Amino acid sequence: MITEKDVEHIGSLACVDLTDQETELFAKQFNSILEYFKELDGVNTENVEPTYHVIGLTNVFREDVADESLPQEAALANTAKKEKGFIKGPRIV
Amino acid sequence: MDDEVIIGLEIHCQLNKLNSKLFCGCSTKHHEAEPNTHTCPVCLGLPGALPVINKKAVEYTIMVGLALNCQIAEHTQFYRKNYYYPDLPRGFQITQYDYPIAADGIITVDTDGHERTIRIRRVHMEEDPGRLVHQGSIETSKFVLVDYNRSGMPLIEVVTEPDLRSPKEARRFINKLRNILEYLDVFDGSLPGALRVDANISLRGGARAEVKNISSYKGVERALLFEISRQQNMKRRGVKVVQETRHYDDERNCTITLRSKEQAEEYRYFPEADLVPLSVSGWQHALKEKLPELPDAKRERFKGQYGISDNHAKVLTAEIRVANYYEYVASKIDPLLAATWVADYLKGELNYRDRDIRDAFGPDKMVYILQQFRSGVITDKGAVEVIRTLLDEGVSPNGEPRSEPQDVIRNKNLARVESDVTRTACAEVLKENVAAIADFRSGKAQALNYLVGMVMKKTRGRADPAEVNLLLRELLECT
Repeated sequence: MITEKDVEHIGSLACVDLTDQETELFAKQFNSILEYFKELDGVNTENVEPTYHVIGLTNVFREDVADESLPQEAALANTAKKEKGFIKGPRIV
Repeated sequence: MDDEVIIGLEIHCQLNKLNSKLFCGCSTKHHEAEPNTHTCPVCLGLPGALPVINKKAVEYTIMVGLALNCQIAEHTQFYRKNYYYPDLPRGFQITQYDYPIAADGIITVDTDGHERTIRIRRVHMEEDPGRLVHQGSIETSKFVLVDYNRSGMPLIEVVTEPDLRSPKEARRFINKLRNILEYLDVFDGSLPGALRVDANISLRGGARAEVKNISSYKGVERALLFEISRQQNMKRRGVKVVQETRHYDDERNCTITLRSKEQAEEYRYFPEADLVPLSVSGWQHALKEKLPELPDAKRERFKGQYGISDNHAKVLTAEIRVANYYEYVASKIDPLLAATWVADYLKGELNYRDRDIRDAFGPDKMVYILQQFRSGVITDKGAVEVIRTLLDEGVSPNGEPRSEPQDVIRNKNLARVESDVTRTACAEVLKENVAAIADFRSGKAQALNYLVGMVMKKTRGRADPAEVNLLLRELLECT
């Protein structure tokens, strides 16, 4: 059971401000999704390894070779604020 | 002061000997570069970019695991660790969680007079976040500047059990770890930001504090000392220590609490679906073959092969570069003499100057100096003077080539004086120090030492003290 308090908490972890209406709505939606997934609880999963990956591949690697990087202008192209080649962000503590 | 101190460390080391980052082909050589010039869609976290694991980073991590006597996991995989911070462009860090690549190791650390075994809980791989530049201190800065050159740098995190009992022991542990990684040639600890430490500290029975952001070798001991005295003071005043995360401020040498909001450690780990799992334990046999001789084994070999003392062997094998330097010198000249001169004199002069053996002159020059000393061309004082001069010239900023030892011997007039010059100096000293002669004759043995000192002074250290001693006795007896 997801409460409105849970939704607020998840919102704060994701740095998203939610209105009271949104909080109420999302709590309902979360609960209906979880209700739907309850179907799975009926399946016996004893002795079944958790699935971490569905495509069955292992060991996909690249060699340790350095390639070209993006030019600085391209790296900074999507940022609203920059200074001396850095991306400028808000204070964090 | 009787409280038992309990310390566990999480040490992050950049695998900075790799050419490229952990999940993309951006170069790791960005220490002198302009900000944000070593990035790509993967390490900037742009939508749709797909990470691919650097194979050599995995090999290096397995080598570290083996060198720390760990078990290598059959199955290992990456996770997303979710948190919002400007150094993390994607909003999550790709790291490992419940299947670390290596676990359950041990290493031994020399503490005062005895060895202690420190258990290693785990070694895992992860990507480095970007670098944040604060204007002023972390508490007062209005904004941060972000450089993503470091984003995606390959890191290993080594986590110890809470087995360390003092800040000094913690420092020694970190030095040993650094030395092992440098032996493996996967790490250069002298590069800025190569090593960062988080420490968990408590007094027995009390809550523990986690101190983050320790980023220098010397900072580790200082941060731990500060944090221990903070907890002791609280205990003395009857205030309970709360479990919290504190930030180490290197400049002010103190730890500060971070607001509780930042401490919500809800990382919501889940498997990184963009990377397939790894099954690499089979690599360990081939990699074990490739492991070089490590410090403890080299120390034993040096004692057996060169007949040097345990203490010399320890000093000479701690760092791989010192060990190689010594072995070169020992291959050309008496290994015992070489041990004394490299471990005591050269290492001592370097420590005094807070410098690395890489900044010293080459081992061929050391061999030359010792040959001159052995054949009596210079005295031991003269040899020390040559070493000091070469080291000091090494840091001169004018870019002039360093002198050869023979230039120093000639220019500083260090060649040992001939016996007749020594004899003249002895005679003059005796003439000038009648009182000392009387003291000597009345049985004060130290008067002779004084006279020897005066002769050494007169010859500016270029006489052989043993010869002076003999000559003075001879002259005193026949007058």
